[in-house]
Amino acid sequence: MLILRGPNGVGKTTLLRTLAGLQPAAGGTLNWPADDMAYASHADGIKATLSARENLAFWAGIYGAGDPENALETFGLTPLAGRAAGTLSAGQRRRLGLARLVLSHRPVWLCDEPTVSLDAEHTEVFANAVRAHCAKGGAAVLATHIDLGLTGETLDLTPFAAAAAQATQTETPGFDEAFL
Amino acid sequence: MKALLLRDLRLAVRAGGGFGLALAFFLIVTMLVPFAVGSDSQTLARIAPGTLWLGALLACLLSLERLFALDYEDGSLDILATAPIPLEGAVIAKAAAHWLTTGLPLTLAAPVLGVLLHLPGPGYGVLMLGLALGTPALSMIGAFGAALTVGLKRGGLLLSLIVLPLYVPTLIFGADAASRAAMGQGASTPLLLLGAVTLGCLALLPFAAAAALRVNLR
Repeated sequence: MLILRGPNGVGKTTLLRTLAGLQPAAGGTLNWPADDMAYASHADGIKATLSARENLAFWAGIYGAGDPENALETFGLTPLAGRAAGTLSAGQRRRLGLARLVLSHRPVWLCDEPTVSLDAEHTEVFANAVRAHCAKGGAAVLATHIDLGLTGETLDLTPFAAAAAQATQTETPGFDEAFL
Repeated sequence: MKALLLRDLRLAVRAGGGFGLALAFFLIVTMLVPFAVGSDSQTLARIAPGTLWLGALLACLLSLERLFALDYEDGSLDILATAPIPLEGAVIAKAAAHWLTTGLPLTLAAPVLGVLLHLPGPGYGVLMLGLALGTPALSMIGAFGAALTVGLKRGGLLLSLIVLPLYVPTLIFGADAASRAAMGQGASTPLLLLGAVTLGCLALLPFAAAAALRVNLR
């Protein structure tokens, strides 16, 4: 379990997106197939006109695995399963987005500020889900500003960002910059 | 891929999904033509194949912008790009859903509108066959254009400018086949070329669209 810290704009999201294989890395190699990553971004990937259950059933179909009912149950969404996702509150939508991680059955979870708009009770529910996932041999990389009560390594990205900024300054302007 | 196809079909028929919009647009555009050129049945019969094809093409364009933009906005596209199905497969599934909700209804509605425009009797079969062969290419080319413009705000107009020139071969062969048939001539050559354009689009454009999506997701 790795917890990413650092002020806004330091590159937490960029790092997570690179790990997920959405962006090419500027340097270094990733010794992990991108197919092992389950990425949860700021946006939850939820369709407003589908019900909570239909949303999860769709993702279960895409991942070819997972039980939507179980995922709904984990995040306490079973009573809301039949409601259109557009009528759910921000916290409930977030829980629905996180429930997708549970059913993806992928070993590495990449979460970008997973606790935004969650209440204290469900932050704990999420922390427990991460603990259960790691206990089963999974891994998680979480970018967060709050203390989740999870024991894991913490990586502060600030020094890396400063080093990267310095490197960019000394670098000659690249091809792209000529057009910007 | 099946899950994605079914979800897109379900989204299309839910509130605000836009199913029927293309069909209604096709209906109205074709009904406006007699008002514009007069109700002389010979003039109408002559321009009917071209008008029907043009109407179908413009109707197809209507819902293209939403093809990837909605998934991009709510984060689904990021997740799809990291999901087990290849992005090329996702493009095919979404283009197929687009065809099932626009191209297929347009094909089925075209003969009814042909009556309105006095389309000569022998033209109906070839018109429908041509639309059935040609509209998959319209959806696939449209998916490519939508993939190119996915990150842009109000990319709809740019999308039309990119996509319409690429629609030209399909329009030429489709309209030519229907008008030849309407005049009682053989239409197999333009129909074969129409099919060739569609097959070429289906073979190449999923890869181009997926590459464009990957660039736009960075």
